[in-house]
Amino acid sequence: MTAQHKIHSKDLNLWYGDFHALKDVSIAVRDRMITAIIGPSGCGKSTLLRCFNRMNDLNAAVRVQGGLFLDGQDCYGARLPLTQLRKRVGMVFQRPNPFPLSIFDNVAYGPRVHGVTGKDRLAEIVEQSLASTALWDVLKDRLWEPALDLSAEQQQRLCISRLVAVEPEVLLMDEPCSALDPIATEHIEELMRTLAEKYTIIIVTHNMQQAARISKETGFMLLGELVEFGQTEQVFTNPRDKRTEDYVTGRYG
Amino acid sequence: MTRQAISNPLHADEGADNGAPPPQINAPRHRRQLRIPPDVAQRIVVGGLWAIAMSAVAVLLFIIVFIMVKGLPHVTPEFLLQAPAKGGRLGGVSPMIFGTIAVAGLAVLIAGPIGVITAIYLTEYTRESKLTAFIRFGADCLAGIPSIIFGLFGFVFFADTLGLGISIISGALTLALMVLPTIIRTSEEAIRAVPAAFRDVSFGLGSTRWQMVTRVVLRSALPGIGTGIVLSIGRSISETAALMLTSGMVARHPSSVFDSARTLALHFFTLSREGISMPKAYATAAVLVLAILMINLLAYWFMRRFIARVR
Repeated sequence: MTAQHKIHSKDLNLWYGDFHALKDVSIAVRDRMITAIIGPSGCGKSTLLRCFNRMNDLNAAVRVQGGLFLDGQDCYGARLPLTQLRKRVGMVFQRPNPFPLSIFDNVAYGPRVHGVTGKDRLAEIVEQSLASTALWDVLKDRLWEPALDLSAEQQQRLCISRLVAVEPEVLLMDEPCSALDPIATEHIEELMRTLAEKYTIIIVTHNMQQAARISKETGFMLLGELVEFGQTEQVFTNPRDKRTEDYVTGRYG
Repeated sequence: MTRQAISNPLHADEGADNGAPPPQINAPRHRRQLRIPPDVAQRIVVGGLWAIAMSAVAVLLFIIVFIMVKGLPHVTPEFLLQAPAKGGRLGGVSPMIFGTIAVAGLAVLIAGPIGVITAIYLTEYTRESKLTAFIRFGADCLAGIPSIIFGLFGFVFFADTLGLGISIISGALTLALMVLPTIIRTSEEAIRAVPAAFRDVSFGLGSTRWQMVTRVVLRSALPGIGTGIVLSIGRSISETAALMLTSGMVARHPSSVFDSARTLALHFFTLSREGISMPKAYATAAVLVLAILMINLLAYWFMRRFIARVR
């Protein structure tokens, strides 16, 4: 793997109890651009995403085999503690899920967990993080209001700000727009394009148009296998694998 | 139900018209006479439910009003601030107010942290296993034991074996054992009700489990945990049997936790049981009931405020 690969996996296998959910997945994700993973429900795309920051470890029934590397460093090795890995590889979830705290406390949560205490420093981080998702101008006078009073789109933006506040390198997004309306979706996609200048973004989506619109590279998964991985345009217009072609042309199932 | 019982024979008739073999040819047609229109049935049920619910409230109101009418006229500033004289025939209840606060407060201070920590362990730090089932079963059993048995245990173990004597601390420890199951189970429910998504997000941001528990889970579960604590305070304040044998009946101001102290509930018991003074007994009861009402209202108000702040 070359240096520009931010994250890569090698023959990654995962079992939920007896169910073989990921089969020999080898993927290399490039730095500072958007990579999409598509595929039908249950194909293992979310499971793969949750491998990248080891969220699957929380489930006791899960067994993982194979290699996973961040900047060439073993994600399961002793030199990359779990809390550090998750600080560097953050996740945005399907449903906007701010904590039932104020807007400020939501964004400050991550920095506080990692030991930032100074009031001025926290205020600075909150301002920068909210600005990076275009929320600062709208919310700067409402920082102490409950985060749950915001609209769905603002809540999802806030969740992204909350993540940006811990200065991650990779953003994992698990269908981040599926709970939003089309206009909000468009706004979040715009935001993702801006964020891709600074971060490596991996998005899982069941919306093929979305993958085609925003990603540079796309992987197609089916029944736990990474069937095809390549330039988004190539995957959608000139797929190498018959199964990919069936899926992107809507003939799947 | 009524509706089905009536319509089935009708359908059976239709079946016969279509030439199918007539099932239940002797279907009892006279059942139709029992028909109650559904909207009438609905009204009867609503009325019945209302009446039963109201009778529960009415009993509660009756008790409160009864105690207040009999007791409140005798509750004066002197009654609240003076020590009793002549065995309680004269004077007030100030040592008992102090004793109640000391015994119940100490009990909840002891049981609260232990109960909440146990609940955290059961929910966040261990998987469901024989051990957790056993702890839970033990807590449930503890909740079912009569309080006089707790009193006997406290007397033998805390007062005698540990040498703590008939004292505030013996009473508080005994009460702590009694309310522990309530605190564990209510805290456990409250912690379980915290959405799993919050845990994922916290872990996803790189927090440790303990940070997740203290910063997210306990914060969200606080109203529920508070409910358990308030229930425990109420139970501690009104307990008599367990305290008779452990914190004792001495009607003086205690000077340390190793002194005996008579609680309001026990004072009421003594005054009425020994026929010392019924007016003073009712006045004591009124103070007790008002205290519990006030604690409940305060806790309710506090939690509403807390929820409003974060939601």
